[in-house]
Amino acid sequence: MILLLALIIGVLYAAGTYLVLRRSMVKVIFGLIFLGHAANLTIFTVARPTKGVPAFVPENALAIAEPFADPLPQALILTAIVIGFGVQAFTIVLFKRTYQTLGTEDLDEMRSTDTLE
Amino acid sequence: MNRIIVLPVLLPFVSAVIMMFFPRSAVLHRALNVCVTLALCAVSAVMLSDVLGGEILSLQVGGWQAPFGISLVADTLSCVMLVATALIGFTTALYSIGTIDREREHHYYHPLLQLLLMGINGAFLTGDIFNLYVWFEVMLISSYVLMVLGGRPEQLEGAIKYVTLNLLSSAIFLAAVGILYGMSGTLNMADLAQRIPLLEHRELLSVVAVLFMITFGVKAAVFPLFFWLPASYHTPPVAVSAVFAGLMTKVGVYAMIRMFTTVFTPDDAAFVHQFLLAVSGLTMVTGVLGAVAQYDMRRLLSFHIVSQIGYMIFALAIQSPLALAGSLFYIVHNIAAKTNLFYVSGLVQRLKGSFDLREIGGLYGPFPLLGLLFLVPALGLAGIPPLSGFWAKLMVLRAGLEAEHYLTVGVALAVSMLTLFSMIKIWNEAFLKDDPRPDQSNEESEFHALRTGRKVMMIAPVVLLGLVTVAAGLWFEPVFSIADRAASELLDAGSYIESVTGARR
Repeated sequence: MILLLALIIGVLYAAGTYLVLRRSMVKVIFGLIFLGHAANLTIFTVARPTKGVPAFVPENALAIAEPFADPLPQALILTAIVIGFGVQAFTIVLFKRTYQTLGTEDLDEMRSTDTLE
Repeated sequence: MNRIIVLPVLLPFVSAVIMMFFPRSAVLHRALNVCVTLALCAVSAVMLSDVLGGEILSLQVGGWQAPFGISLVADTLSCVMLVATALIGFTTALYSIGTIDREREHHYYHPLLQLLLMGINGAFLTGDIFNLYVWFEVMLISSYVLMVLGGRPEQLEGAIKYVTLNLLSSAIFLAAVGILYGMSGTLNMADLAQRIPLLEHRELLSVVAVLFMITFGVKAAVFPLFFWLPASYHTPPVAVSAVFAGLMTKVGVYAMIRMFTTVFTPDDAAFVHQFLLAVSGLTMVTGVLGAVAQYDMRRLLSFHIVSQIGYMIFALAIQSPLALAGSLFYIVHNIAAKTNLFYVSGLVQRLKGSFDLREIGGLYGPFPLLGLLFLVPALGLAGIPPLSGFWAKLMVLRAGLEAEHYLTVGVALAVSMLTLFSMIKIWNEAFLKDDPRPDQSNEESEFHALRTGRKVMMIAPVVLLGLVTVAAGLWFEPVFSIADRAASELLDAGSYIESVTGARR
């Protein structure tokens, strides 16, 4: 399972990096989304997901024995997903508005703020 | 008493919520903005005096014990940054009244400014790295909207670069936090500082350190990750550029200082400090070379932000007490001087109708006092005694010499000369040169059309920050003692750790 997750993370990072480097705005957005998901899955994986042992202390015990599923990474991912969702929604609207205003979606043509007039 | 620590976050939040209930009432927005930022000045001053008088303040949010809950911690470094933020918040609130148009005010300009301040204050106060990520996002989301508010083509274009690169760095930040948690099982900075030296599997530690360096490097705009900054900072209204220029990159520097002193000591990640040393020199040089080529005042100043970040990173890389004190002093000096220069550029634009140095000129004759208001931060930035920049550079360079980094010190001195050169360029072009468009009367400028109240609101922040630059230079000793204290706290994480983990109740 860890191996599978690691492979998915690798693919997501690779695809995200590739897409971010493209000139088309739509592809850049997808790239950013992929990278966000890759980061979320990374958190999930590095915290050693454990199957079938929720973090509940058994009835007549004071502490729970290792290994148990750590709930914190999932809380972190949940927060990160919510933040990521908001920011991605904003980005999509920003890119759409930019496309409407500038009339192009080729990032190479957007260099007026970078060049000396 | 420790509960005061939530106020710098809570006050802007509450005021932003109140403002959002009355979107049409610009007067209420302005009044609240000024009052709340004034209150922030008072609260952060009280916190600073508390911290200087005794112990580091800390609060466990929700009463959860330290490594498990989220801690808010205010040590000297945090408090100094809070004071600087509150000051910039206050001056920007005033300046916004003078410059921001009705349309933007009706589209939640003032609440966004408050949320930006909330994010920045939160980032300075938190003692938890995931929480730091969240505060960064709060700050960034507000800044994205502030940057595009108005929707002019160049704003959108600048925002695309700004948003994309910052999103990228946020994703890296998130992954770094995750890996660090996977290795150490904690997110609390004080707890991390204790656990990292004891880790058995250290292979990934360097990877995490580099990931953090990259993500904070993007936010702080160091070489070669700074390209979003000069591409975007000159596009929004002046008040927004000014607050970004003053505060946003410094939050990145602050996070770097916090991460690479308290959490990762030089023993944990020695090569990161070597790397920072090289990066700092390159940041100084590329920033200033970019600046001397520019003719747009705000683009020129934007490149200078990058260049100045180099000095702060250089001081961080040296890691001696004097260097860290110098770094903090440099940050505070730079926040005041840089924001002020942006304010002045706004005044020039209102008087002459352009930011382009080739199109303006002859300001010194009719407005000699404006010349003085420009020279104070400009010479301060270049490091002319007795202004604050001189002491800042003196501390950093002396620490550099003591640590025998002669090459970088030489680079820093040369960059200083170029900084002075580009400030003189603005002075010559905008103030001394004959006006290339003499037919345009000064009496008809946008500035003269403003009501007196608005004029005062535009000039008062410049005077206030100018006084800060002069005062920090003339009364160097007390400021130095605060910076020195902050540095000793950073290098000896003991009191920080004790305050967070020991303050259980």
